[in-house]
Amino acid sequence: MEVLALALGAVLALACVVYVALPFLREPAAEDDTLGDLSPARRRRLALEEERDRALAALKELEFDHRTGKVSDEDYRELLGPLRREVADSLRALDAPAPVADTAPGEKVDARA
Amino acid sequence: MPLLGRAALIVVLGLLVYAAVAGSIAAYRGRRRLLESARNALIGALAATAVASLVLAAALVGRNFELAYVADHTSRELPLHYSLSAFWGGQEGSLLLWLLVLTGMSVAAVLLNKRLTRDVLPWTVPILAGIAVFFATLLVFVASPFATRAAVADGVGLNPSLQNPYMLSHPPLLYLGYVGLTIPFAFAMAALASKRVDERWIVATRRWTLGAWTFLGIAILLGAKWAYEEVGWGGWYAWDPVENAALMPWLVATAYLHSVMVQEKKDMLRVWNVLLVAGAFALSLFGTFLTRSGILSSIHSFTQSSIGPWFLGFITLVLASSIALIIWRLPILRSRTRLESLVSREAAFLYNNLFLVAFALTILWGVLYPILSEAVRGVAVTVGAPYYDFFAIAFGLPIILLMGLGPLVAWRRASLAALGRSVAWPAGVALVAGAVLVALGAGSSPAGLVGYTFAAFVLAAIVLEFARGTRARKAGGSSTWPGAFSSLVGRNRRRYGGYVVHAAIVLLLVGAVGIGGFSTSTDARLAPGESVAVGDYTLTYLGATERRGANAVELRAELAVERGGDDLGTIAPGKNRYLAEGQTSNEVGIRTDTLRAEDLFVIADSFEGEAVFLEAFVNPLVNLIWLAGLVFLAGAVVTMWPDAREARRLARRFADGEAALARA
Repeated sequence: MEVLALALGAVLALACVVYVALPFLREPAAEDDTLGDLSPARRRRLALEEERDRALAALKELEFDHRTGKVSDEDYRELLGPLRREVADSLRALDAPAPVADTAPGEKVDARA
Repeated sequence: MPLLGRAALIVVLGLLVYAAVAGSIAAYRGRRRLLESARNALIGALAATAVASLVLAAALVGRNFELAYVADHTSRELPLHYSLSAFWGGQEGSLLLWLLVLTGMSVAAVLLNKRLTRDVLPWTVPILAGIAVFFATLLVFVASPFATRAAVADGVGLNPSLQNPYMLSHPPLLYLGYVGLTIPFAFAMAALASKRVDERWIVATRRWTLGAWTFLGIAILLGAKWAYEEVGWGGWYAWDPVENAALMPWLVATAYLHSVMVQEKKDMLRVWNVLLVAGAFALSLFGTFLTRSGILSSIHSFTQSSIGPWFLGFITLVLASSIALIIWRLPILRSRTRLESLVSREAAFLYNNLFLVAFALTILWGVLYPILSEAVRGVAVTVGAPYYDFFAIAFGLPIILLMGLGPLVAWRRASLAALGRSVAWPAGVALVAGAVLVALGAGSSPAGLVGYTFAAFVLAAIVLEFARGTRARKAGGSSTWPGAFSSLVGRNRRRYGGYVVHAAIVLLLVGAVGIGGFSTSTDARLAPGESVAVGDYTLTYLGATERRGANAVELRAELAVERGGDDLGTIAPGKNRYLAEGQTSNEVGIRTDTLRAEDLFVIADSFEGEAVFLEAFVNPLVNLIWLAGLVFLAGAVVTMWPDAREARRLARRFADGEAALARA
């Protein structure tokens, strides 16, 4: 019984070692072994997209709160303008071309992010 | 096969150490294959932990008394299901269950967020592996479930208190909750380490946090149900340190689930949120430490051991490294937006957070004070129910009030006039409810009366929210009322699922106030044929019976129950004498009136000749507490239900970004 247990333990250990080594066995000499980090341009764009989505969600929320009576007509009018401006600003910022430094030749734009 | 179990645990430890070290190097130096290899090591650790768990389960079922753990926690007479539940009935098995759940959840979280854990948050793998290394180390070097000794003819059995159906589910669910809080913690810390503090770690861990919080909540209620039926003192929650140990992380996780919405909507409270995530995780470790270290005497703490210093060291390490990382990343965590008004939804969330965290901290102090007092002054002190009851009322009532007010306030800011209009209807309902209750004589418990009035306010606010929302959807184009309702809930599952959870908390409050403020009790010595009255009920002792159960001798006092002249059958409280364990347990008799949600609850304290000493309680509304568990679960499922629209929005966000940059 002990021999069987030891044999099973050894098989388990061996299988795990092979599985752990698999990325190196599959690609012994990988062309690109770096983690696909986000470029600064991609990161900035993601931040802007997050801002745009947040502003759009806030605008929808305001509309809904107004319709359900949580926001008075006066508050609605006061809040609507700045929120619309936020949405417009974020959309404009997304349409603007990326700064040259961020998209300089040779910089990696990660396609997997 | 103990050798296979030991070998598997050594393999687990080796794999996890590799995953933590290789994963850290890969994340630091940006090495793709090394990170994939570390991830594979984490997956391998899950497989090896599963092998070790199967070996232990097989030994428990097969009553392999060569294993000290099996001999100490089972016996030949122990029914099969309790033999399996002995897996988590002792310290070593519990730690193995922790590790199994932890590696399982870690692998699932990493694989389900492959892109994030590879490209964006590569630190996730080593952090998860590092936490698991701690548990694997304990299992290999300190508390192995595979320790052997000379086989005995029979085991000593399982603690009788644990031989209860609720103990089959309570500990695993509790661990799913405790361990589940590791996932948001690991992703939050990985986000800080990788400097990726945008929305993605929150989106990736949202359901994990909700799931862990749900498991923890349900586990707390199942534990309370177990205590109510098995410990049998007539109550349902005794502010026992181990009960509190599960409540604290649940409260902090509740605070996080609210404040994270402020971060998502307004990009505020970033520092506060990572602090809450770290705090909830540290408290879940603290809960395990309390249960497993033997540092305190508790009806729930079934173990005395030497793993306490290990846990204390690990909790200190987790707290110190989390706080250091948060301080290091403060510059990128600072929010750019500020609170616009003290009367707004985000302000209500902030107030609720302050009360929830303050409540958790006062409970923590109540748990720690006796330990510190004994360690520093050598004086044993007890922090009793009055301390906790005071803070439960002081912080609990404002939290309940905010549960009603919060949904009625708009985001950003609300004028007092608009708020007044929103609040008027629920406040009116609450006042009418309060007046009716006073007229019915509920004024005997002022805290209970206030609690019920607030409960009415919250329920009215929830109904109003659903009604106004459905009306707005109908006006906005839905053709039918059911269509408007389902579109309302479907488009904002978290909000409306949250309201269902609020309704569950109200039910729990009503039940808790019912049993806490309006329970009646009596005790009596009855000879056969004698009767005693409790509340509306009359109990007549018919005599004692004794029978042989699966692994115990069951002595019961047969009592006929009447109410208002109606025969309601019999109830049979008594005692079980467990043969292998050599222990006796109280078995309470409970008769539930479903319509009134009340229990007749009888304890047979002792038998003396033909007579029996009884304690009898009428616990009004107590069953609402258990019903609250089902409503809570339903609400939690709604909040967690996948939102295809949001998934599409996030996918589009990434796809648009790729396309825009490709064009640039």
